Amino acid sequence: MADLSINFAGISSPNPFWLASAPPSNSAYQVHKAFEAGWGGAVWKTVGPALLNVTNRYGGLHFPGTRLAAINNLELISDRPLAVNLKEIREVKAAWPDRALLVSAMVEPTLAAWREITLMIEDTGADGIELNFGCPHGMSERKMGSAIGQVPEYCAEITGWVSSVSHLPVIAKLTPNVTDITYPARAALAGGASGLSLINTVNSIMGVDLENLQLKPAIGGQGGHGGMAGPAVKPMALHLLSEVARLPETSSVPISGMGGISSWQDAAEFILLGATSLQVCTAVMHYGFRIIEGLTDGLARWLDAQGFPDLASCRGQVLSQIVPFKQLDLSYRVAASVDHSRCIKCNLCYTACEDGAHQCIDLTPLPLVRQDDCVGCGLCAQVCPEECIEMVELPAKFPATTWQELTQANPKIEEWETMAKFRAENGIDIH
Amino acid sequence: MPEIHPPLSAFLARSEASRCLYCHDPPCLAACPTAINIPEFIHRIADSNPLGAAEVILSANPLGASCARVCPVEELCEGACVLGAQYRPIAIGQLQRYATDSAYATGRPLFQPGPASGKRVAVVGAGPAGLACATGLLQAGHAVTIYEQNPLAGGLSSYGIIPQREPLEVALAEVAQVVALGAELKTGVKVDSQLCQDLIQSYDAVFLALGLGQVNDLELPGAELAQDGLEWIASAKLAPNNLRVLNPVVVIGGGNTALDCATVARAYGAEVTVLVRRSAAELRAYPHEVAQAHALGIQFRFLAVPARITAEGVWLQDGTLVPAAQVIRATGQSGSDLAGQLGLAQKGKYISVDAEGKTNLERVWAGGDCTRSRGMAATVTAVRDGLNSAASIDHYLQGERAWRT
Repeated sequence: MADLSINFAGISSPNPFWLASAPPSNSAYQVHKAFEAGWGGAVWKTVGPALLNVTNRYGGLHFPGTRLAAINNLELISDRPLAVNLKEIREVKAAWPDRALLVSAMVEPTLAAWREITLMIEDTGADGIELNFGCPHGMSERKMGSAIGQVPEYCAEITGWVSSVSHLPVIAKLTPNVTDITYPARAALAGGASGLSLINTVNSIMGVDLENLQLKPAIGGQGGHGGMAGPAVKPMALHLLSEVARLPETSSVPISGMGGISSWQDAAEFILLGATSLQVCTAVMHYGFRIIEGLTDGLARWLDAQGFPDLASCRGQVLSQIVPFKQLDLSYRVAASVDHSRCIKCNLCYTACEDGAHQCIDLTPLPLVRQDDCVGCGLCAQVCPEECIEMVELPAKFPATTWQELTQANPKIEEWETMAKFRAENGIDIH
Repeated sequence: MPEIHPPLSAFLARSEASRCLYCHDPPCLAACPTAINIPEFIHRIADSNPLGAAEVILSANPLGASCARVCPVEELCEGACVLGAQYRPIAIGQLQRYATDSAYATGRPLFQPGPASGKRVAVVGAGPAGLACATGLLQAGHAVTIYEQNPLAGGLSSYGIIPQREPLEVALAEVAQVVALGAELKTGVKVDSQLCQDLIQSYDAVFLALGLGQVNDLELPGAELAQDGLEWIASAKLAPNNLRVLNPVVVIGGGNTALDCATVARAYGAEVTVLVRRSAAELRAYPHEVAQAHALGIQFRFLAVPARITAEGVWLQDGTLVPAAQVIRATGQSGSDLAGQLGLAQKGKYISVDAEGKTNLERVWAGGDCTRSRGMAATVTAVRDGLNSAASIDHYLQGERAWRT
């Protein structure tokens, strides 16, 4: 079996799966239990200043038959006394020397406060510090969490404060609730971060109860935005991970990826897009620590099947495929093809093409794609419940070229008249 | 007696509904004799809108609650579901029951009468065909009087469907809706030839939903020892605590009624053997009902021709004895006597009708089991007949109104 161990900024972990800083890593009881189940590491639920939580703090996004496609929360950082947390962190680390144990923290934005918490965390024997620049509700109103993550200068300054004090790896955890995540990422690295983690939760309002016309969840008839996590945020997390992982500044800095990881497939995708460690919360909150067995087994089997001896050998392998639209090959041509032997005749492809695409499927009575008309959008393949529609490659109608090359060669192609001529010359007919 | 299938919870209903693919030109809809827009109602269930779902169902089939339970869905909608070929079809019957039960649970009227036309129609027989026709006519604004010979309306839904499949309350709730819609219901009135002639004379139109007659006699020695299967089911339904079930029970017949009788006897703990004249391959009962009977531990003897019945049981022509403490016959029903007396054209024991349900008599339509115009003895086909004739009668009455004014 492939080697799943990782080294994250000097922190070793037997596998890449860490509990994210969240309710599952709230106590020694839970983290002990997680490590017994096989988790490679944990980021302790954020410690910091005193606070009081509200009740009724979760909202769920449910689809029929599928609970918790996403969860949003109004929970604050740890509401257990700081001293209790520090004592338990020390005990857990002592009991599990081979596991990665990091501590997430946020305090008021002063050098003194950050210095104090940093020294306290160091004193526990923990392996690293994660700076919570991400939580988008509650604490952000107290100038912490995403209030820091949304201002690159603050990210740089606070990371600098902690790095200058700490001997431990310092990881800045970023919020997705920004226009361009590379700004806070670069700022944290400039401040001396030894790693980044992302994404924290996404600002969200989960819904409205249509019986009593109250927000979901309602806290005494009131509510507010929470932070959303879970499977539904995964595509956003993958995108933001890829943005950060492609920065020159991160070429030698590890990234801890998270956002909706529920399966080994999710894990593999995060690694292929540049993650070193993987943090999990919602899936554990839904199904418990036991999911680690399937995560590690599936990931190891996939590595074996792909011929990768370890995670490092495939990390970030897909990143180089990401290019701006203007560098995509416009001559690349696919069209839909329906495998009639597997078609169950629901004809959803027909409906989708008729009403949502380019009217290129005939019912004969089995759905048949007119490949000359097919623009190759691929909607039909997306809706097919049997997955029996393949986008097959067809010979290109003109030599490979990109929008960048076309506009460089002939800037007038951005005008419809010139475009029409180019299309006519190259057999591109869009009805 | 609980129903064979427990009701779906809201969660399970939504989960099952969400599996529906929402096919283009859906084959389930094409397979439904009443053309219920099945994907539409299923998607309303998935959207947590069961009352909206019920409206889709009941606008196409006013007896949707009965049909949800008794339709041979394996032969119709579910049998056509594209998911069935490789996996489990959508549980359309169960979902329909969930939606219609939700609607009935509101206790509100589910149908609206049309503006009064001044026309009067007599419906003879308050079974599914009669009730469906009455609903269609009342929605079109015509006054309807339903004549029913039994003390309860509902026809086979009240008397002939075993309670595990459809509780009496469901049938009576549907009757109550037709009454709430404005039907005048006269139960306990046997319509003989003379009364029927009077109805034809005094009403603008008459719809005959006569059903079929008695279970055929066995015509063999000891035949009087065999009980009428339909009467037996009616007792099981109306007075389940007083049903006398001995052990073992032999049922003679190979149709769905025979299996129903066997199922009831089995539910009361009896060992049950069904004697079938034909071979297993020629069984008239639906395959899914045969499979259910096997699962209940009901025994079958095929190519078994009864020769005589004695106190010991049923003696077959091959000389063997099938021991029985109780013998039930479910050997098909005779036609209605009324048809011949009225001079209605018949094909065998069934009244002949055209595609709209018209008989050879002026202003007389017929449908349901007494015509079996669709080849299938199912509640849903009777409903289709009733609605079909209602549309035809309405068309006729509208034309007549136009002509008179």
